[in-house]
This record gives sequence, C-alpha cells and structure tokens, in this order.
Amino acid sequence: MSYHPNSVLRRARVARGLLVAAFTLLGGAFFRAQVLQNEEFVLRSESNRLREVPLPGARGIIYDRHGAIIAENLPGYSVSILSPTTDSLRSALKSLSRVIDIDSAQQALAIRRFRAAPTRPAVIFNDASFQVVSVLEERRAEFPGLIIQSSPKRYYPDGPAVSALVGYTGEISEKQLAMPRFKEYKAGQQVGREGLEVQYEAQLRAREGSRFVEVDARNRVVRDNGVRPEVQPEAPPPLRTNIDLDLQRYAHEYFGDSLRGAVVALEPQTGGVLAIYSAPSYDINRFIGGVSSSYYRELQEHKYKPLFNRALSGRYPPASTWKLATAVMGMELGLVTMDTHMEQPCTGGYYYGRVFKCWDKRGHGDISLAQAIAKSCDVYFYQLGLKIGLTKLLAGGVRLGFGDSTGIDMPGEKTSIWPASRAYFDRRYGPRGWNPSVVLSLSIGQANNSQTPLNMARFYTALATDGSAATPQVVARTPERKKLFDLSPDQLKSVQLALADVVSRGTAAGAQIQGLTIAGKTGTAQVPPEKDYAWFVGYAPADKPKIVLAIIIEEGEHGSTAAKVATKLMERYLKAKLTMTAVTND
Amino acid sequence: MARQGILRRQSIDLPLLITALLLTLFGIAMVFSAGQTDMPDKGLERLWQRQAAFFGVALVATWVINRGTVRLIEWSAWPLYLLSIVLLLATLLFGSGAGTAQSMKGWLTIGGRRLGQPSELAKLATTLMLARMLATQRESIRSLVDLWKPLMVVGVPWLLVMAQPDLGTGIVFIGICFAMLFWAGVPWQLLVMLASPGVSLILAFSTGVWGAWFLILVALVLWYRPFLVEGVVLVVANVVMGVVAPLLWDKLKPYQQQRFLVFLDPNIDAMGSGYNVIQSQVAIGSGGLFGKGFTLGSQKRLNFLPEQQTDFIFSVVGEELGFVGVVVALFLFLALFLRATRVATRAADAFPGLVAFGLMSAWFVHVIVNVGMTLNLMPVTGIPLPFFSNGGSFLLVSWLAVGILLRISAEGRGQADALGL
Repeated sequence: MSYHPNSVLRRARVARGLLVAAFTLLGGAFFRAQVLQNEEFVLRSESNRLREVPLPGARGIIYDRHGAIIAENLPGYSVSILSPTTDSLRSALKSLSRVIDIDSAQQALAIRRFRAAPTRPAVIFNDASFQVVSVLEERRAEFPGLIIQSSPKRYYPDGPAVSALVGYTGEISEKQLAMPRFKEYKAGQQVGREGLEVQYEAQLRAREGSRFVEVDARNRVVRDNGVRPEVQPEAPPPLRTNIDLDLQRYAHEYFGDSLRGAVVALEPQTGGVLAIYSAPSYDINRFIGGVSSSYYRELQEHKYKPLFNRALSGRYPPASTWKLATAVMGMELGLVTMDTHMEQPCTGGYYYGRVFKCWDKRGHGDISLAQAIAKSCDVYFYQLGLKIGLTKLLAGGVRLGFGDSTGIDMPGEKTSIWPASRAYFDRRYGPRGWNPSVVLSLSIGQANNSQTPLNMARFYTALATDGSAATPQVVARTPERKKLFDLSPDQLKSVQLALADVVSRGTAAGAQIQGLTIAGKTGTAQVPPEKDYAWFVGYAPADKPKIVLAIIIEEGEHGSTAAKVATKLMERYLKAKLTMTAVTND
Repeated sequence: MARQGILRRQSIDLPLLITALLLTLFGIAMVFSAGQTDMPDKGLERLWQRQAAFFGVALVATWVINRGTVRLIEWSAWPLYLLSIVLLLATLLFGSGAGTAQSMKGWLTIGGRRLGQPSELAKLATTLMLARMLATQRESIRSLVDLWKPLMVVGVPWLLVMAQPDLGTGIVFIGICFAMLFWAGVPWQLLVMLASPGVSLILAFSTGVWGAWFLILVALVLWYRPFLVEGVVLVVANVVMGVVAPLLWDKLKPYQQQRFLVFLDPNIDAMGSGYNVIQSQVAIGSGGLFGKGFTLGSQKRLNFLPEQQTDFIFSVVGEELGFVGVVVALFLFLALFLRATRVATRAADAFPGLVAFGLMSAWFVHVIVNVGMTLNLMPVTGIPLPFFSNGGSFLLVSWLAVGILLRISAEGRGQADALGL
C-alpha cells in the first residue's frame, strides 16, 4: 500500500474532482426541475391542492309577450362532497346516512355522478331541503369534503298551464354526456328535457361559475375561500316568447280536469305562437331536481297519457275543418265560386259505387259552396272532390302543406300525414287494393289524412290573411310566410265570409259572441271505438284577424263543443288585446 | 502539538465545524418546517425539539471525542466493531420495523422500546475497522485475493444489514468499502473488477448493454493481466451473474420489483409505489428559483409529500426555499466533503486518513442517494439525509463522525488556517 504524500495528493485530486462533478450533476438536475420545468410542476402542484367547485348558475328566464314570467329560478341548496376515490365517497355517504336520510338509490346516483366527473364534487342532493341543510351545516366538521352551496332551481309559476310549451329540465344523462354537442357539459348539470327548455338549451343553459377550495392529500377541504378569486356565474340572456301567458292559463282553466285535447293559437300575420296547450297537462315543477318515480309512473300509466304533447304530436283526422282546403283547391282551379251549386242536391247521401252518407241524413238540399261550408255538407264536397280529381287533390294537399311539419321552434313536432300521390296508395294497399273513390273521403277530411292541431292552425293563417301561411314561432324572429294558394282578393274575401257564416249561422252558431265576429270551421273526427273528437279551427276578429286558433277536444262529440271553447279563448285574448291597445271595435 | 494534560493547546478545524453546524441548524429548521402542516400533527410538530435536544447531546459527545486522541479511536475500532456485529445480530433476532419500513428489522427493540438503529453504529465501526485493516497492510495489493481481509471486515456487517433487509444501508457499506480501498491505493482496475459481477447483475436486464460491459471487462482483464485463475473466475462470475439475473429477478418480492420498475418510470404506478417520488418531484419542481417560502410549501402542508421529515426532507428544501436553497444546501455538503477530503489528505498517518475519507464517503453516499431519490435519479431506498433527516441516532453518529474528523484534523499535518485555541 502506498501512503506516500504524492500518491495521497493524487487520490485527493481525483476524489475532489469526483465530488465536484457529482454535485454539479445533482445541482444541474435541480436546475432542470426547478427552473426549466418549473411551470409544469407548478401546474401539477396547483392541481394537487386546488379543487374547482362549480358555482351553479341560473337558467335563463322565459318571458311571455307581455313580460310575464313563464320560467324562472328559485333559490335552493345543493349538497355535494369531494372525494378522492369511490371507496372514500362510499364511506362518506355511509356516515352521512347516519345523520340525514339518504336512500340507497340516492347513494348509487351520487357514486355514478362521481364516476362521471371524479375531480368535481359529487352531487348528493340537487335540491336539498332546508332541514337537511341546517342539520349538515351544524355538523360540517364531521364531513371534511362536504360542500353546501346555493344552487338556483327551476320554477314554473304556472306549471301545469305551460307543460306542453316549456317542458322541464333534468340532470344530464350519461348518454348525453357522451354526445359531441354536450361536450361542454359536466355530470350533474341541468339540461332541458322537453319543450322550449330543449329547443333553446344553448341560450337558456346555466353558465357555471367557479371557486376553488384547497384540499389536502386526502381530499379534505383545508381552506374554503380566498384561495383564488371566485368567478360568479353569468346570467344567461332571457328568452322572450310570443306566448300570451294569460291565454295559456285560461286554456288550462277551461280544459280543467274534464276535457282533454289541445289548443294552438297563432298570430295570423307573424305566426307568433300565442298558446300551446295539451290536456291533460302535468306539473312540470315536480320534475325539477329529479322527478319522483311514483309521479313519473303515474303519468306514464295514466289512461290519457299527459306526457303526450297533443298540440304538436297528436295527429287527428281533420274532418270538416279540412273542407276549406277542398274549397280553396276548387276555386283555384276555377271549378267553383262561393255561389256554385252542384249537380246533385244533398239528400243525405251520394252514390258513387256505394252510398257515401252526409253527416246530416235529412240532407241539405240544393246549396251553394258558401252554404255547404256553413252547413258542412258532405255531399257537396264529395262532388267537388270528384270534379278536382284524386291526382290534383293529392297534389293540392301537398302544396297546402298537409304532408309537412310546420317548422315550429319546438322539439317533438310530428309531421302531418297526407298521401303525396296515388303511389302512396299503391305502396300501402297494392295497386289493386284500393279504390279511387277514396277521393270522396279525402275531400271531406277523412281517410288517409291526419293533421296536428298546429298544422291546421298554420293552414288557417293563410285563410285568415292573404293566402300565405306563417311559420309558427314561439320566439319572435323575422316572420316567415309562404304562399299556399293563389286566390284573388275577392275570392279570398268570399271564403272568409263563408267562414264567418259558420259561427254566425252555421254549425257553430251556438258559439256566437256579442260584439266580435269569429270565422272558423268545426269538425267532427270519428275515432272508433272512442266517441267523436271535436275540432274547431278559426280566427277572430273575422274582418281583421288577430288570432288563429286550432282546438281539438277528444271525445268532444260535436265540433260545436270545440267552437264554444275556441270562442271563449279568443274572446279572452281579444279582450285583453283590446284593452291593452285601446283599439275600438264597433 | 503540545500535550499538557487538561490544559493542552487545542486546535479546531473551524471551517469543518462551522459547515457541520450550519448544516445541522439548516436541518433542524427543515425538521421544524416539516412539522408545519395544515392538518396539525402534534408528534410531527414537536420533532424539531427532539432533534435539537439530540443535537445538544451530539455536541457534548463530539466535544468528548475531540478531547480524545486518534490512538484512542484506533484502539476502540475492534471493540466497537464487535459490539456492532453483536447488536446487528441482536437486531435480526429481536428487531422491529419503524415508520415507512415496517417490514425491515432495523431497530433494536427491548421491551417494546426502540433503542436505536445498530446499523448506524455499524457504519462508523466498520469504517474504523476497515481503516485499521488497510492501514496495517503494508504490501501493495495486486490481486483481488489480497483483498480478502478488508472485504471480510465489510462483508460481515453488510450481510447482516442486507438480511434485515436494509438495501439502503447496504449501498452505503459498499460505498464506504470502495472509497476506502481507493484511498488505500488499490488500483482502479482492481476496483472495477471487484465491482464487475455486481454491475453485470444490474446490466443483465438489457442484453446489449451487458454485452458491451462484458467486452470492456474482458479488455480490462487482458490489459491488466491479473492471475490467470483470477481472470477466468472474474469472467465466469460476470457470465453467471448475467445469466442468473433474470432468475433472481423472479425471486424478488413483488414490492422490490415494483421499486425497480417505478424507478424507471414512476408513472406506471402514480397512485401507488410511484406516488412518493412523483409528489417529491412536484414539490421540488414547483418550488422554482426562490421557493414558496419557509414552512409554506403546499405539497408538504397538505400532506401530498410523504415522509417530509425523514426521507423526503430535501424535497421540503426544494419546495420552500427553491433552487437557491437547494444550491446553498448542496454547497454546504460539498464544502464539508472537500474539507473532509483535505483532512484525509493532511492526516498524520494512514489510519486517520482512511477514517476521514471513509466517513466522508459514507456521508457522500447518503447525500447522493437521498437527494438523488427526491428527483428520481436514484431508486427509493429509504436512507436518510445526514444533518437533515429527523432521527436521533443518525444525528448522533453523524456528529461522532464530525468529532472524529475534528480530532484527526487537529492531529494532522500543517494547521496553517486553523485557529489555535
């Protein structure tokens, strides 16, 4: 062994070199981590300690045309909990269940919400009762990750009156979360489920704010506020609609529990939707914060299906209300005027291969078109239909929009059914399986013809104005009008006079109201085995239409029943309108 | 140097003492900071007081040692060595785990009271014993066979430590052994050959790298020309190691395998065995240039950083004091080690020189492995950071080492820059 000073010094030099080299390397590694990669690590340490707690926002308020509130928000409380893992959430829920009432379904739901968004607090109650909140506030220290905060909840002051119109909101589903158009949504957020709430979701959607809490490694909240500035939720712009809430309410009142059916009211010039009502209705407020399964089952198993929106999705044989379409087509083709009589007077029936009956078996005699409209004479329209011919009748129906949907800004509208051409029958029944005499039934609004109340209302906006139909609009945009038929002003006037006659003298005579002239047409749809459905589609005032209204009353038996309700509704609307605009009507 | 009884003139290596003092005060401050969390833990909060108390005891012990002589230290090598072997054996029989290393029997426990970690004493005693052995070996070493005695001295305690099993301390023993053999003048080629089977074992996981290493080794053997038998044995040993490595791998316990895999990529088990290292890196990296402020590290305060008072105390330095604090700490360590190397260089004799260098190298391995671990440059082996990590016996032993170094320095050649007291 050599311990000669020189060799010791040489080794010392090597050792010093190695030491300096090792420490330089170590220092370099720290330089890299702390200076070069600092930002990345700061981010990671921040995401370690900070948890974003969403501040629930309010959905946009929905107003009617006069500024009355259709949908608003009430203060509420949500209870949620921050957990690092599913297991810790489970045990937290278990200890919570000793203090407050959480059933196993709610626990399972909270766990599902957690799994869908593990970094957000898992919502336990969207709408906690005051009692639950006060119990939890008192014992907050026992539940470190617990977050109780105000959370606005949807409220519809006139819930049952507007159920078919606004729909309701609910928690976004897992299926929806997977869809690209909901990519900005997070589990636990509210989303429109039906009606306007769905249609205008993008506008009405609650804008979430956020605040940050500081948590420790076990996800316990260490500091609740002041960690970072809060971002308050932004209020969405309100939704202003064409709806007349008073009319909507009145329809609900009038239908009550005894009647069922649907009402659609439009402004004839603009297509602005004044009312959309479907009966029986239901309480949409009971859907907020999660509908109870018992109420939902009750609605689903209800004999008359309240969840079914009859105004938009109910398709009914239009019956006599459709005769105006036949009349318009005949006049357009130059086959008839209001004074034209048919070859055969009405004797209660018409023979075409077999006997086609008139609804009044006593017969209407030899009458003009105007009278035929007023009396709703079937025999007259059989003959007019034959004059037009099946091919032209089918094409004309298409042109008048009976095979279309209206394009209303509401979800769930069903397309009305109208055979586009003879091929429809060939396809459906086989080339020899049908008889061209179907033209007789079609011309009185029967056979393969099913119209939504909304589509009928749209057609009557054309009759009420200049032959152009307005696209129904719940939320006002530029009115869209489409020319349906080409009649001279005189011809149109004569049609309108005939329609006015229906209410003053014809089938709807009982519906006459002092001081107002109403134009319209009744209809009685046969829907065996049920009793007849009653239709009325019309407008008022007859000389200067301000409202077009289509109404169907299921099992209303005769069109005049519907006409009475329609008249009441129109009167209600026009009176309100008159007093407001101070227009004198004499 | 004059020796006149109690009143003899003392000279103290002030730079060494001051560096060690600064490191210890820095360390106690960090232990204090480690106790400052947002979920107050009384035990953790009071640790720094215990550490400070131990420091007081350590200073007294250091003073006592410094009153002694190198001769006395040399004389104590044998008894200390035997004592530590006995204690290590006793630990294996009656030991218990502690803290994060519950499965490791590192603590000597009597009647449920943990008395200390004999492996800390064993490091010191083995250093002394090895120095004694190497200092008395006068003929120069040309062959691995000549190394059997020193290797025995290290091998026995090393095996006992590995049996605990305490891989970290085992690494320290290996470090001490190689450093002291180097200081004793064993040719570097021999050291490489000595290390080669171990290197083969590690490199065997990649056949290509192992092959390259093997070629280098063969070249070295041909150049250095050891005894034929030795050369053959060496080559065969490397081949065998290369072959058995995968078999040994299968023999490892899953947690041991996991440690190795996590070292390669902590993210494979970010919430499990990789968690500590990842959080440590995040703590250090987020500290930036100037840190988050003393006691204010969020990773530590909120318990994301594990073992912040022991294994990962350097991460607290990084997080709270930033790169600047890290550089200061590393600089203090480097200064201490350079000073200790200087003490070794100027030692009056072979034995004190070897002791000084051995003590320094033990610290060095601790620092490199522990600090390296916080940035995942080294696998997590759970060895503490000298002067920083909370732990009474380790601080005591570290200061015993300081005392020995001071004594050696005092008796060394030339004290031009030391103050006479």
